[in-house]
This record gives sequence, structure tokens and C-alpha cells, in this order.
Amino acid sequence: MGGYILKRLALAVPVILGITVIVFLIMAMIPGDPATAILGSYATPENVAKLNRDLGLDQPLVARYFIWLWNMLHGDFGQSFSLNRPVIDEVLERFNNTLILAGSSFVLCSVLGILAGVVSAARQYGFADKAITFAVLLGISIPSFFLGMMMILIFAVDLQWLPVSGMYAIYGGGDLPDLIHHLTMPALALAVVATGVIARLSRSAMLEVLRQDFIRTARAKGVHERRVICGHALRAAMVSIIPVLGIQAGFVLSGAVYIEIVFQWPGIGRMLVDAILQRDILLVQGGVVFVAACYVIFNIIVDVAQSLLDPRIKT
Amino acid sequence: MSAFLKLLARNRLALGGLIVMGLVVALALITPLLPLADPDVTNTADRYLRPLSDGHLLGTDQLGRDLLSRLLWGTRLSLGVGAAAAIFAAVSGAAVGIVAGYFGGRTDNLLMRGVDMLMAFPYILLALAIVAALGPGLVNALIAVAVVNIPFFARNIRGITVGLAHKEFVDAAKLAGMSHARIILSEILPNVVPVIVIAMSTTIGWMILETAGLSFLGLGSQPPQADLGSMLGEARSALITNPHVSVIPGFMILVIVMSINLLGDGVRDALDPRLKSGALSRPMAATRVDRRTRPDREIPTEGLLSLEDLHTQFHVKNRVYKAVSGVSLSVKPGECLGVIGESGSGKSVTALSIMGLVASPPGVITGGAARLEGRDMIGAPYPELRSLRGRRVAYIFQDPLATLHPLYKVGDQLIEAISCHRPISKAEGRAKAIELLKSVRIPNAESRIDSYPHEMSGGMRQRVGIAMALANDPDVIIADEPTTALDVTVQAQILSLLDDLRRERGLAIVFITHDFGVVGQLCDRVAVMYAGRIVEQGPTRPVLDAPAHPYTARLIACVPELGEGKRKLEAIPGLPPSVDDLPKGCAFADRCVKVQAGCMVNDIPLERAGARAVRCLHPETEIAEETA
Repeated sequence: MGGYILKRLALAVPVILGITVIVFLIMAMIPGDPATAILGSYATPENVAKLNRDLGLDQPLVARYFIWLWNMLHGDFGQSFSLNRPVIDEVLERFNNTLILAGSSFVLCSVLGILAGVVSAARQYGFADKAITFAVLLGISIPSFFLGMMMILIFAVDLQWLPVSGMYAIYGGGDLPDLIHHLTMPALALAVVATGVIARLSRSAMLEVLRQDFIRTARAKGVHERRVICGHALRAAMVSIIPVLGIQAGFVLSGAVYIEIVFQWPGIGRMLVDAILQRDILLVQGGVVFVAACYVIFNIIVDVAQSLLDPRIKT
Repeated sequence: MSAFLKLLARNRLALGGLIVMGLVVALALITPLLPLADPDVTNTADRYLRPLSDGHLLGTDQLGRDLLSRLLWGTRLSLGVGAAAAIFAAVSGAAVGIVAGYFGGRTDNLLMRGVDMLMAFPYILLALAIVAALGPGLVNALIAVAVVNIPFFARNIRGITVGLAHKEFVDAAKLAGMSHARIILSEILPNVVPVIVIAMSTTIGWMILETAGLSFLGLGSQPPQADLGSMLGEARSALITNPHVSVIPGFMILVIVMSINLLGDGVRDALDPRLKSGALSRPMAATRVDRRTRPDREIPTEGLLSLEDLHTQFHVKNRVYKAVSGVSLSVKPGECLGVIGESGSGKSVTALSIMGLVASPPGVITGGAARLEGRDMIGAPYPELRSLRGRRVAYIFQDPLATLHPLYKVGDQLIEAISCHRPISKAEGRAKAIELLKSVRIPNAESRIDSYPHEMSGGMRQRVGIAMALANDPDVIIADEPTTALDVTVQAQILSLLDDLRRERGLAIVFITHDFGVVGQLCDRVAVMYAGRIVEQGPTRPVLDAPAHPYTARLIACVPELGEGKRKLEAIPGLPPSVDDLPKGCAFADRCVKVQAGCMVNDIPLERAGARAVRCLHPETEIAEETA
């Protein structure tokens, strides 16, 4: 198992390098030069030239890439001009907030999605199945940003159960209950689409497994139906559910951008959108590379979980 | 195609989606012709008018612009941008996929690694990076969304192209000296276009949602132009005071995406052949029972296990397959009954009906009783049935690779067989499992207990299946072709093992097989099934020596015997009749060499004489003359 993890990590290196190349190339497409963007159109040509030199922008493209990569490997993602602070500091702080949001959302959608899928399959064509199927259809069709806004209207404005936005109360907040209070709505709004997708897939994976011969064997042994469904069938269905969880994690992370805007959550998605509007290129670059690399690592974790679950996968 | 449309039409939800989508598209198309206010004319005096106010059906927005007009123009823009992004992604993705798949080798490797890289990103990050480079704007958002979706198309199309690139007609075109470009355009492209179109139709809703999302973030369409996303984004600041400005465009996106999803589901279902056959329904915990007359709950019976006039059917759509029609059997303790017949004769269904294990839907037990010591189990409530399963009546199935759970260790599966009937400690369970494995002569039972099924050979797995059946010392074992998947030496070992167990433990065995050789080795009595009914029954020796039913005789003639010289093996011509459309009279009549006119008129009863019985008007031998 240890060897397998090492092998997967080694294979991730070229992928992450490829990610840096793609991000670098996209950013190199930017028309005009970043120094002017940073200094504004009133900057003197001398200042622009000096900043270009400082940023290493007078170097050829390939050299610039390796300088950038080298610096990143040393933890230096550059300086954000709009925030006047090292990119890595800002990225780490914002990414942490995004992880709280996306992480809790991911747990929510995995648990609720699998649960809904299992119930739906076990009660195929029954009332619960129909209700869940309809809810799922609605859930995967509603844009998360619209859903978030509607939730604000209902739960924050009308019912006043939950705060409208933000991560902590401005006065006197900052503890865990306060965080949960603020987290509930955005985490739910973010989880809805992924819950729908996971529920759908879990349902069909369960139906597929329940027709297998080994389920009949379990029943023939006299295993209780509850255990047949939640043990034998779910365990086998998890083999096809886990990869989808991995994909959905990517979608949750992506959807967090919208939710962070709607709920004023100080996460990395909002940071990126602001950085784009401010044309703070180094911040965008650093943020994208960092999150994408984390996502690659997360996918390795998913694969390892998969191999732990299925002894037939050669590790 | 028309069959496909018919299927789609039968799915009411998909049809609803199609209609709604059609309406929205039609509205978007005729928007310029409608007598609408100019969507960009501001009138600050009429800000935030509520819906249904004078002159503004849906009210006005933060700048006093008519919402209905903006909604329709925004819908038009969103649909257009979504469709354009889908086409862009499909064309570029298909180009990459075709080139990679057609040329293969290095080109393929390079392109597909690039595509893999793109897929390593959470999709929105890539879109954001592209918008960051190109600058905010609707066209740039469109490009970003399209690029992000290229990998999806590239992968799908490449897979199909790889298959096509090695087809004869492509080779022929190459030999004819056509250029690569011409081959791709005239031979490959026409074959992948349908796939491209289907993939596009399934992603278009997604593209609309994504471009709307970027606009919502302020990175797509820029004022005063507005698609649905930017309408929603701009209205957000007044969400609490004037919710209608947000609700209206948001609801429109919901309607569009939902109708596309419904349509997409319908298309997918129509294309999935498994849904037509009903194969995707899951079997319930016990077979459905729907008997017209309810037999007595408990009557004294001679045998340990006895079936009375069992009827099991499969109801698929409007057709009824009579898999088992009126089977009566019985076994005594220590006795082995062979049930023999070709595939589809109903022998397995008979066996599975006993404990309600016939997959249902589509299986239904429509009549008869299966009694264990006189008590009917078919009508038994689930808790009672469950407690009998595995404890009093145990099954051994064929093909133990499919019948053992692939992800549980064999030891755990054995222990579970015990623990679901009585509480057992971990150590005790393990010891018992090892003992069971030893009793079926598995070497190194102590280490084998921690193996997974896929780590064992077929013979070993079959032994595990037998050990599992023995776990609770059952009274009856129903073995459904337990040796079919095994080679002859292993088969012989398994048979002698079962025979020993029967003698040691006084088990009653019902042995399902299609092989008279096996019956001869193991069974005391034999029942021959054909088309869901028993056609002959009796003690094994007399039946083998002098079969009464022509079908039995033909089956026995199919068994090769060592040292029998050059006897011609005779296959039975033809196939058993389909059990949803049984002929009148004898079901075997049209394959029988002795058939006479009278055979196909009336139902032929099972004539009993002593220990034997036969369902034939012109039997090979008169069984009445024999005494059992």
C-alpha cells in the first residue's frame, strides 16, 4: 500500500508541472504588459522598465517560466500588488476558508447523496423513490447562486434563522458556534447540486448491485434485508460511487466560487474573482496553481481510498 | 429513429421538457418581433416597479428598465451563448479527438496528455484563469467555458475514432491513395457526427449554466448588455429590498436547465436498452406471492421438504412466462433428489421458489406450496422466511465467483452465515469458520479464511459455497448446478464430498443439474423437468436403465460413457418451447420422434405407477409393470 501511494505521488509530479505550464501559458497570453497594469497608465516608461526588470519580465518566456517555478518551489508565489502582501499568505488564508466551506459541503453531499440513493434504490418505484427522484431533478437543475439567493430571502430575511452573509459575526463572534451559524446556509446551498448527482449515481449503482448473484447468496444465507442493502449491496456499490465522489469534490470546489460571492464568504473563489477584476495576475496565477495542485493530491487520496475498498485493484 | 422518438414520447417527463424547451427557444427566436420595450432604456423614475404594474408586466429593474423585455432578450443571449459555447467545444474537442484517434502513436499520446492536464483542474479555475488572461466579457467567457469542456468531447470522440481507424473501409481508403485529410473528412467524420451531436445535446444545458455563472460573477456579459446570469448578478445588491428582480431571471435559468435535463434523461433512457427490458429493476427481499387459492398453512406431510403443485411465473410487460407450472416433489431426510432438465426447463426457478429467492420483479409465485415438515413457507411472513433461510434450508449456487461477495473475505462471509441466525463471538465464529473450511477439505483453512474469493480457484470457491451452506447444520440443502463451472476431477471431489455429508449428517439434498452422469453418481431419485413441468420421476436406477419418457431417453443418450465404444452421441434436435406460448398437449411433441396426433390435443397427466411416474401417452416402457 505504501508503495502504491508513493507511486501515485510520483505520477502526480508531471501532472502538477503540466498544470503550472498551462497556467503560465494562459497568463502569458495577456495582451499588454503587466507592469503597466500594475503601475497604471500614468507610469513613466522608466518605472515600467524597472518593474519589468524586477518581475523578471524582460527575460525570454522559457526563462521566465523556470524562474517562476523555482520561486514557487521555494514558497515564493510573488507579491500581490492589489493587496500589497505575499500571494502565498493570502492564498493560504483564503484557501483555508474555502476548505471549511467546501469540506463541510462535501461531507454533506456525500452523506445525503448516498443515503438518498440507497433509500431510492431500496424503495424502487415506491413513494420515497419518486419523491427523491423529483427532488434530485430539481436539485441538479437549480443554479447554486440562484438557490443561495433564494435561501437568503427565506431563511435570513423572512424567517431570520440564519445570518445573511459572512463567515463570522462582526461583533463578538469568531467561535465555533458562530462559524457553524454562518456556515449552514452556504454549505447547504453548495451541496445541493452535488447531492443530486451523487444520489442519482448511488441509486443506479445500488440497483446494478442488487441484481447480482452475491446479493441472492446473502439473502439465501438468511441475512437480514437491512444488512443486505446497507452492508452487502452498499459496500459493493461504493466501488462505483467513490470515483464520482472524487469528481463531485471538484465540482463542489468550483461551485464554491459562486457561493462565496453570494454569501460574502472570504474564500479563494472570491479572491480570484476580485483579483481578475483588479487584474492582479500574480494572485490569480498563484491561487489557480495552488488550488489545482491540492485538487490533484485530493484525487490521489480518492484513488487510495478506492484501492482500500476494493481488494481486487492491484496496488 | 421513429422507434426512438416513440420511446421518448412515452416518457411524459421528457416530453414535458421538450415542450417547455421548445417554447423557450421559440420565444427567444421571436423576441425581436415582439412589441417589447427597449431592454436598455433606463427610466430612473420607474425604478423597481413590482410585477403586473402598469405597462411593465414583470416590473422594472434598478434602472427602471422593463424586466419582461430584458428577460426575453437575456434568455435569447444566454441560449445563444450556451449553444455557441457547445458548438465551439464540440468542434474543437472533436478535432482534437479525431486527430488523436486517427493518427495514434505519439500524436495521440501528446494530445491526450494535454487533455488530461486540462482535466486535472477543477473546471472553474481554468475558466477563471482564461477570463483573467483575456479580460472580462461575454465572448471571452464563452471561450473559457468552451475550452473547459473540450476534454469531454476530445475523450469521447477519440475513443470512437480509434475504433473506426482500424476498420476495413478506412484501410481501403488508405490503399486507394486518399490523403489523410480526405479520409478524415469523408470516412471518419460522418461516423462520429451523431456522437458529437448527442454529446452536445447533453452538455448544452451545462454550458448555458456555466456562461450564466461567469456573467453572474461579473466576468461575462458587460452592461448594458445582459444575459440571464448578469441580470441575476446585478439584481443581487437589491435582493432583500426588491427580490422580484432576482427571482425572475433566476427562475428562467431554472426552467431552461430543468427542461434540458428532463429531455436529456429521456434521451438517455430511450438509448439505454436495459431500461426497455426492465433489467434495471432490483429484486425484492422475497419473491412476490400472488396465489389465487391459499393452501393450508400447515398439514402433515410425508417428506421433510415437499412441493405441492408449485406455479412460478415471470411477468414481463404484458407477457407471462410460465417458468414452473404445477411441480410437486418431496425429499426425505438423508435422501438425494436429482432435478434434471435442459436450460430453461424451470429447474432452477423451482429450486429458488422454495425460499422465495426468485428475482421479483419479474418473478411471481402464483400457486402451490413449499412445505418444510408440513409448514408452508411460500406464504410465510418475511421474518419467518428469513429465519429459515440458511438455517433449515440452505442453498449452494453455481459459479461461486459471482455468488460470493467479491469484497468480503471468505471467512467473514462464513461467519456471517452463522451470526445472522445466532449471536456468536468473534473468536468462536472464526474457529467455527475454520472448522467448516476443513470439513469441506480446504487445505490451509487457517490462512484461507482471510482470502478474498478472487484469490481462490473455482473448486476452492465452490467448497466455500458448500461450507457456507453447512454453517448452520441445515436439514435441507438445495444445490443448483454446483459443479457446472468446474472441471471433471474437481467435480468428482465435490460430488463425493456432498455424498459423504449427506450420509454423515442425514441431510436431504435437492440436486439441480442438466447432467445424467452426475445424477447417476449421487441421487436416489430423479425428477426430469421439461418446459416447467415434471415429465418423469422415479428411483434413479430404474429410470436410467429403462426411461419411460422419450425426452428422458434422449437426455440419457446425450451422456457419453467411457468404454462404451463408438456409440453415436445423439443431440436432441430443436429447442424447448418458449414458456410464454406453450403448445397444447405435450410440450415435447414437436421434438419427439414418437409423436402421434393425440399428443397435441389435451393436457397430458402425470401417470403414477408405484415409485415411478411419467407424463406421456406413448411411453418407451410401461412403468406399471414394474414394482418399485
